[in-house]
Amino acid sequence: MKKKRLIPVVLLKNGFLVQSKSFRRYQNLGNPITSVKRLSEWASDELVYLDISKDENYDMRRDDIKHPNRSGILDIIEDVSKVTFMPITFGGKIRTLEDIEMRLSRGADKISLNTAPFENSKFISEAAKEFGSQCIVISVDAKKTETGYSVFSNGGKVDRNISPSEWAKICESEGAGEILINSIDRDGMKNGYDIEMIDSVASSVKLPVIALGGVGEWNHFAEALSKTNVDAVAAANIFQYMDQSVYLAKKYLYENNFNVRKPDLLLI
Amino acid sequence: MKICILNYGSGNVKSVYNMISSITENVFISNNVNDIRNSTHLILPGVGAFGASMKKINENIPLDELTDEVLNIKKPFLGICVGMQVLAEKGLEFGEHKGFGWIKGTVSKLDVPAELNLPHMGWNDISIKIPDNKILNHFTDHQDFYFVHSFALTEADNENVIAETEYGINFVSVVNKENIYGVQFHPEKSQKAGRVLIENFLSLK
Repeated sequence: MKKKRLIPVVLLKNGFLVQSKSFRRYQNLGNPITSVKRLSEWASDELVYLDISKDENYDMRRDDIKHPNRSGILDIIEDVSKVTFMPITFGGKIRTLEDIEMRLSRGADKISLNTAPFENSKFISEAAKEFGSQCIVISVDAKKTETGYSVFSNGGKVDRNISPSEWAKICESEGAGEILINSIDRDGMKNGYDIEMIDSVASSVKLPVIALGGVGEWNHFAEALSKTNVDAVAAANIFQYMDQSVYLAKKYLYENNFNVRKPDLLLI
Repeated sequence: MKICILNYGSGNVKSVYNMISSITENVFISNNVNDIRNSTHLILPGVGAFGASMKKINENIPLDELTDEVLNIKKPFLGICVGMQVLAEKGLEFGEHKGFGWIKGTVSKLDVPAELNLPHMGWNDISIKIPDNKILNHFTDHQDFYFVHSFALTEADNENVIAETEYGINFVSVVNKENIYGVQFHPEKSQKAGRVLIENFLSLK
């Protein structure tokens, strides 16, 4: 039987791994390559890597590798794909088919789009036609407004006045392969997923939906898996603070009879 | 040992290379006749559609020499995902296309129930149909691997079907005929299990 996936999300800001709260405050957590290696050893099912830098200035403070000039996002993708052997999605600053091609050719398996489909309504269908739906993930950031849930683009800044479920349906019909739904309200709050919003998206599309935003304890993963039809549960901050975090989360789900891969600690 | 990953512009060539080079240095990406002749193991990666892949293979890979190395000299050969599918006689993705015909069967769209999404994407397990095959050494039944595909091998000979996987329906996930092996999943994305499978393949002589 196909398993539900447990996915760590790694946030990258100007070359640093960061923690995010409410899409505003960012705390530096260090070198992303070291972290990716650990997440791989704990048998994560996939990895989502989001570049939330505001400019093109990357500095990985690479004390481990003597290549001072390797600092662009493409170099980071290449390095990440050498140390981990699982599917990796890269998102952030993707506006053209060439941006996608460059990331895929450096080792990304999928890319995620957030703002570009609002700026160019044909972008999803063009990307899906060129590279296949399976590698086009749409990252949907949404929060509660006076009129209900609404999707925001440009790093949570621009209100697009469309509900996440309506937007997900449009993305599906345009040829997207997956939806990553993130709650801006719950970002970094540790009070659990916005189940109502996630359910509204997961029940309106056939595409695999990944839940993100708000996980503060392992039970929050269980809640999304039992109350909604999501294909995957994701989190960022919680996986960075504890040794063997992904392994322990999966062990919790496995022992509570959720349909996940058997927890494992890997030496590659 | 000299492992040749056949290069025809397939998207996952680098991922396959990354995994194998973490096991051995004796691996290269090539479509050159001499490299194919001088290799000990041949790997055909693949992602994407059957017809488009066959077109690129025909344009980039010396198929006569490759066929000689595999069918006559009997070098160990591993096809991954679409690299497995093209071993069949024909594929029905975007029209009918001729495959290598090294293994009996047709590649057809997964006929899944309406509520299931395609592609079949994620971690799923294999049910071993023929035990003790060398490519599955060290594995117990129901090992998980990572899949991304909408088509699969059908109408294969039972004696070639080493393992199947269930996604609404059962489909062939591991195939073997003499020195020719094919896997529908992506070992290069399947962490430790994928690595063990590749090591099993590399230990074939």
